[in-house]
Amino acid sequence: MTFRKYLVLGGITVFSTAGDSLLARGMKELGGFSLHNLSGLLLAILNPWVALGIVFLLTFFACYMSALSWADLTYVLPATSLAYVLVALIGHFRLHEEISPTRWLGIALIAAGVGLVAAGPSLTPGHHRENSAEAAPDTVSQEVEL
Amino acid sequence: MKEIYAWAAIGLIILASTTGDVLLSYSMKRVGDVGELWKRRGVLAVVGRVLRTPTFALGLMAMGVAFYSLLFGLSWGNLSLVVPASASLTFVANALAARIFLHERVGRRRWIAALLVAGGVVLMAI
Repeated sequence: MTFRKYLVLGGITVFSTAGDSLLARGMKELGGFSLHNLSGLLLAILNPWVALGIVFLLTFFACYMSALSWADLTYVLPATSLAYVLVALIGHFRLHEEISPTRWLGIALIAAGVGLVAAGPSLTPGHHRENSAEAAPDTVSQEVEL
Repeated sequence: MKEIYAWAAIGLIILASTTGDVLLSYSMKRVGDVGELWKRRGVLAVVGRVLRTPTFALGLMAMGVAFYSLLFGLSWGNLSLVVPASASLTFVANALAARIFLHERVGRRRWIAALLVAGGVVLMAI
């Protein structure tokens, strides 16, 4: 695992969190939508917050696809759950929202799960890997699981 | 009756998003390390290779199905049931599917992690 790869994993967390928050902010500004107002939903992308949110979510998707090209699905997925933790921490430290003990426990469980996976190999021997194996032999870890 | 619909939607979300994740992961493994490919052939080669992988489009479609199932689920059930139930069970279903279909070595470490994350997601949502 190189520094660049950790950056991509961090990008998954940051861009999905930022994208969701921007979308939520924009949609709240626009108000509720009903099935009778579908054209309004299409025009929603003209709202700057919604547009920026979509750009961030596309960046998230690019990071996610990039990570899946060199790491296992079961390695990348726990990293995506860090977004839940980031949202809660932003709410706590910037918006001064209360975090209940149950939620702190949830944050601890997610962090422990992510730490556990991140400490192990990022790519385990599998099939369908004809291209990546020759491109980056150093990432194919033969490390034995616990 | 509404509860049955909500759980049916949750089941559909889990099925569709697991299918999507497995297909996307499979596609990207076939494409190969995009960082290396970008360095050697440029960004257009990366985009072209991804778009020419048929399973990538299928994966995107499955993700679309998952998104609309979530919308339907939210119209029948509570936000506090549908989102944590589908998100946490998807982590477990993905670990199972990655082992079966992608032949990833899901050892004890990754199983424990999947369960910890699934439990954590539920605790954060209640």
